[in-house]
Parts: sequence; structure tokens; C-alpha cells
Amino acid sequence: MVLNNIEKLLEKYENGETTLKEEQHLKHYFAQEEVAPHLESYKAMFNYFQVTKQEQFTKDVPLKSRNKNLYKWISVAAVAVLMVSVFTFTNKEEGLGSLNEEQLLAYNQTKEALSLLSSKFNDGASSLNALTLASQNLEKGVDHMSLINEFNTSTNKIFKTN
Amino acid sequence: MTQTDFIKLVMPFKDKVYRLAKRLLVSSEEAEDATQEILLKLWKNKVKISEYKNVEAFSMTMTKNFCLDRLKSKQAQNLKIVHSNYQDNNVSLQKQVELNDSVDWVSKIMEELPEQQKIILQLRDIEEYEFEEIAKVLDMNETAIRVALSRARKTIREKLTNTHSYGIK
Repeated sequence: MVLNNIEKLLEKYENGETTLKEEQHLKHYFAQEEVAPHLESYKAMFNYFQVTKQEQFTKDVPLKSRNKNLYKWISVAAVAVLMVSVFTFTNKEEGLGSLNEEQLLAYNQTKEALSLLSSKFNDGASSLNALTLASQNLEKGVDHMSLINEFNTSTNKIFKTN
Repeated sequence: MTQTDFIKLVMPFKDKVYRLAKRLLVSSEEAEDATQEILLKLWKNKVKISEYKNVEAFSMTMTKNFCLDRLKSKQAQNLKIVHSNYQDNNVSLQKQVELNDSVDWVSKIMEELPEQQKIILQLRDIEEYEFEEIAKVLDMNETAIRVALSRARKTIREKLTNTHSYGIK
């Protein structure tokens, strides 16, 4: 009865018509010690299938690519930090608002000293005005000189005609 | 996708990839290299992995193509990796014992099958895939697969019966 069933299944199996469940049934049957003698050759086949299924892949696979990416991102982050720090540093120097009291005091004192210096310069510049006045008078004198010259030429003409 | 996620995803079928590679390439070293290559390729494309509907079927197709390419290049170099040393007539005692082992016989017979039948037999009888899955992996229709499978099974049975009844090698 059982043998009959198995033989039917084997025929279906050879035609590629068995389902996975029926194949399981066959494998189960051929896994036992006692098999009908005329089916002995199938035993080797099904045993082989069972044995090879146990084979495993044991080698390690090196999955390194992740670390490489990490380094890339670290460098990007470092550059970003550098840029941000440079920007904030330069902005601080420009604005007065961010200075503390002591720095503000120093700043004001320096400003006062410099304005004093510039006012002294202005004083010196105003005393120079006298010099420009003198030079103006001198120019006037030169103008008078030209008048004398003209007078001179006209007297010469008179003398020549004589 | 982290490394652990990837390993969790790959774990269930990495042995199947290895066994298919071994079926085609015969040598276990070659098969190990091939498996490693396949897994690395998957890892490199891990961003796209979630888009694949069936990662296992996809990997099996990749393995099949990779191994067939490998065999082709080996043949072009005139370096076959098929081990045919068992045809020697003056076999040593140990080899004779080995050959008497019927289980070993099956693997020798399977080596002689055409590549496509090898793959189908491997996927169906060893990995126990449904016909639908095999069709996806091989990009073939189910009827063609059934026919090839039937041929492969018959060839094996005939050769096994021959050795059993007459001791023909």
C-alpha cells in the first residue's frame, strides 16, 4: 500500500509534477534504513540532496566600506566647524556691541587721545594761514614790480628817441 | 542600513548562494570566493536593496549569472575548473572506496548535467524552491522549468540504476 503510493509519487516526481509537500514525503521515505530493493538507487539520490543541504558558507565577508564613509563625513564636519569659527571671530572684531566694559573703556580712551592729537594738528594748520597771507602780499608786490618794469620800458623808449 | 541589518537580511540565504555557486563551480574555494563577491556586491548596493521585492531571488539570479560568467572566462583561458580526475582507470584503493559511496556518485552525475538543469535541480530538490520562485530567479516560464527538471531527474535515476545493477562507471 505504502510502496504503491511511493511508486506513484516517484513517477510524478520524474515528470516534474510533484509539489514540495509530496517531495518532502518522498525524502522522508528514503531517509529510513529499509527501502524496497528495486528503489535502492533513489535512496542515494535523496540522501545526497539531504546531505548537501547541510553545507554552509563559513567565510567572513569584509564589509569595510562603512568606515570609509565615516572618515569622509568627519572631514566634512571639521571643515564646517572651521568655517563657522572663522566667521564668528571676524564678526566679533567689527561690531562694538559685543565688546565688554573694559575693552569699551580702552576704546574710548584711545578715541579721546586721537581726537586731541587731531585738534593740535588743526591748530598748527591755522597758524599756517599767516604764511599764506604773506605769500599773497608778496604776489601783490610782484604785480607792482611789473608796473615798474613797464615804466622802465617806456622811459627807455623816450631816451632812444632822443 | 547598518551592518547588523544587512547581516540579518543576508543570513537566511547566504548558504543557498554558496551551495548554488558550488554546484556550478564545483570547487569549494571558487564557490567561497563567488559567494563573497556576491555579498560584497549586495553590500555596496545596500541603498537600493529596499527597492527589490525579493532580495533572495535577486541574489540567486546574481549568483547564477556570476558563476556562468566565471565558467565562461575560465573556459576562454583554457583552464577548466571541472575536476575530472576520477576517470583514471588505475584508481587507488581510497578512491575506489570513495566511488563506491553512492552519495558521492550522485554529485558526480550531477556535475555532468547541463548548467541549466544543474541550477534547476539545485533550486528545486536541494533548496526546495517553489516553481514560481525558480521562474523568477531564472526568468523562465514554469513549464520549461518542469521539463528541464524532469529531464535532469530522469538522467540521474537512469545513471544511478545503471551503476547499481551493472556497476558501470
